Amino acid sequence: MSCNCTGKTLDLAPLMDILAPYKQNPKGALIPVLQHAQDVYGYLPQEVLEAIASELNIPVAEVFGVVTFYAQFHLTPRGKNIIRICQGTACHVRGAKTILEAVCSHLGVKAGETTPDLNFTIETVACLGACGLAPVMMVNDNTHGRLTPSDIPGILDSYLD
Amino acid sequence: MSDMITLTIDGQKVTAPAGSTILEAAKLVGIDVPTLCHHPLLRPEGACRVCVCKVTGARSFLPACIAKATEGMEVFTHDPEVLEARKNIVELLLANHPQDCLACARSGNCELQTVANNLGIRKVRYEYNRPEMELDLSNPCLVRDPAKCILCGRCVRVCSEVQGTSIYSFAYRGLNARVTPAFNMGLGEVSCTFCGQCRKVCPTGAITVRSDTQRVWDALRDPDKIVMVQTAPSVRVAISEPFGGKPGDLNTGQMVSALRRLGFDKVFDTNWAADLTIMEEGTELIGRVTKGGKLPMITSCSPGWINFIELNYPDLLDNLSTAKSPQSMFGAMLKTYYAKKQGIDPSKIVSVSIMPCTAKKFEAFRRELSASGYPDTDIVLTTTELAQMIKEANINFLGLPEEQFDPIMGEGSGAGTIFGATGGVMEAAVRTAYKVIVGEEMEPIELEAVRGLEGIKEASVDFGGKVTLNVAIAHGLANARKVCELIRAGNPHNWHFIEIMACPGGCINGGGQPVNMDADTPRLRAEALYRDDAGLPVRRSHENAEVQALYREFLGEPNSHKAHELLHTHYYRQSRICKSK
Repeated sequence: MSCNCTGKTLDLAPLMDILAPYKQNPKGALIPVLQHAQDVYGYLPQEVLEAIASELNIPVAEVFGVVTFYAQFHLTPRGKNIIRICQGTACHVRGAKTILEAVCSHLGVKAGETTPDLNFTIETVACLGACGLAPVMMVNDNTHGRLTPSDIPGILDSYLD
Repeated sequence: MSDMITLTIDGQKVTAPAGSTILEAAKLVGIDVPTLCHHPLLRPEGACRVCVCKVTGARSFLPACIAKATEGMEVFTHDPEVLEARKNIVELLLANHPQDCLACARSGNCELQTVANNLGIRKVRYEYNRPEMELDLSNPCLVRDPAKCILCGRCVRVCSEVQGTSIYSFAYRGLNARVTPAFNMGLGEVSCTFCGQCRKVCPTGAITVRSDTQRVWDALRDPDKIVMVQTAPSVRVAISEPFGGKPGDLNTGQMVSALRRLGFDKVFDTNWAADLTIMEEGTELIGRVTKGGKLPMITSCSPGWINFIELNYPDLLDNLSTAKSPQSMFGAMLKTYYAKKQGIDPSKIVSVSIMPCTAKKFEAFRRELSASGYPDTDIVLTTTELAQMIKEANINFLGLPEEQFDPIMGEGSGAGTIFGATGGVMEAAVRTAYKVIVGEEMEPIELEAVRGLEGIKEASVDFGGKVTLNVAIAHGLANARKVCELIRAGNPHNWHFIEIMACPGGCINGGGQPVNMDADTPRLRAEALYRDDAGLPVRRSHENAEVQALYREFLGEPNSHKAHELLHTHYYRQSRICKSK
């Protein structure tokens, strides 16, 4: 992986505010700091992780290890809208695959990826617990059920500003 | 005796110190339990479970490497149930490991292979489905093949516990779990010093030396090239190990003989250049002490240490001696003094060095080390690679006659040979500085205070009542960091001169040495060097006749203008993408 920290400079001032209360006692600070930083920056850019490592005096390799261990942390930018497409058994038999394909083809990116305009991130999930609505997907906190591939463009476009 | 406990292992009564692990207790009665993640020099972790044993009354099998032995415990290390569990564990490890053993650099010397073979595993029932992982070829010293990693964590531990550099970490999870530098970068992109200690402890072929043997074979076959080789002190006390020799066997003569048979035109001794280093560095030290130069002065022979200070303590670079390492001094003299004296065109010379060290390969790449107009060193081979070449040529190493180094860069003193052990450079420097300051030879010649494997050694050396120098010796980069912090804090111990070696134990335990699990190996190799010193006719650098001739005929005097031009260097702040802490 090459360095993606060049190009635009990142404002680290908000990160320093997050770190301030932990600097005296950095024990146990890493995960709360990462969570807070991700809230502020939307994801965890390399520069942010390097700064966290340096300020908390933790090896940057170890910070990377923690970030990659937990599914909640993201190393790449995330879209404004998160699409979660159910791949559970009920959805599977009712055509979840065609829904996923429709979303991917409409947005031009694959599952797990984010659109270049940062509007959408596509994720697949094992079960949303709404099998009666299969096939189902969520966009942010909204549930969209009994989907057909032709529903997808209209639903997604409704999330654009 | 309440601090001793008694237990039974495989039916044998064992009395062991309280607090011993089952593994340690078993060792006391000669019972070996196979291990993979365990290493005698590292904190036990219990990650691989290969050492599981049955303990009567315990709910599950216990890993012998971390489970404590207790009073009255009854342990079985190899009953049928234990063996079945152990086989399953190893079979699962093999399922995540490439099966191309025959073409692996560690074949025949791989702990995973040995454990699997000893357990009689002849078939792996599970399919290999690990995601593809790229080779790390980001640097000239070490190659990482994450596919061969069994996640034992030894490299993670040695890099953080012993070296304090913490380049590696476990990352991701499940099938994607891997050991990696930050951001999946290559070692050459992060603050790695290339000390190679990770390679020394890796049980498989996941971290290996980046081989340059083919480049040497090519040079040897090129009729237009004159290929000359130097051998570092620590090579002679380890080179026999891959041929069945014991750690600490001294095989200087066979090594020289083998190099001639491989086809090298001349075989020289880095010890000669170590003596030259003492003349230059010793003179520099005396100059700094008497003329008020930057103190404490720190040695600059160890390229892992130089990388470390350039990456982590660039504010202390002025404390480094400007003297080049023996490897580079040798190369500079080979392409000037030797070439001139023998009437050889230096562009035809291939300067090869045999080193116990992986970081020396990086040193050879430094552009500043080419004051003669040519690189001081063209190719660096580690001890391990030399052994490989000897094997390729099918030379019966232990049966070779003993031969002598070639003149006029082949004479080394006892002071030069002890460079390979922690404290050795210091002792060599004091032997010569004493003569310069006091005017007579130091008696006794040995400086016991600076010997041994303690992490940081300190001594005050009295120079015949004329001056007292406070010296310190550190080995292993975690200790080097402590010393650097003290210097930053104003040098409270008032040190004048400090020797630092990147590897624990010094070069004898360098990252390019043969892999050896015996915890006594560094001590045995160091003892062999001190034995070598004691047996040599010349034991002080300033008495080396070939070095004296070099000054008389070519350089003038130590630290002369010409010596400065060819034998001294400067250092740079290195900044790679990620900083280690």
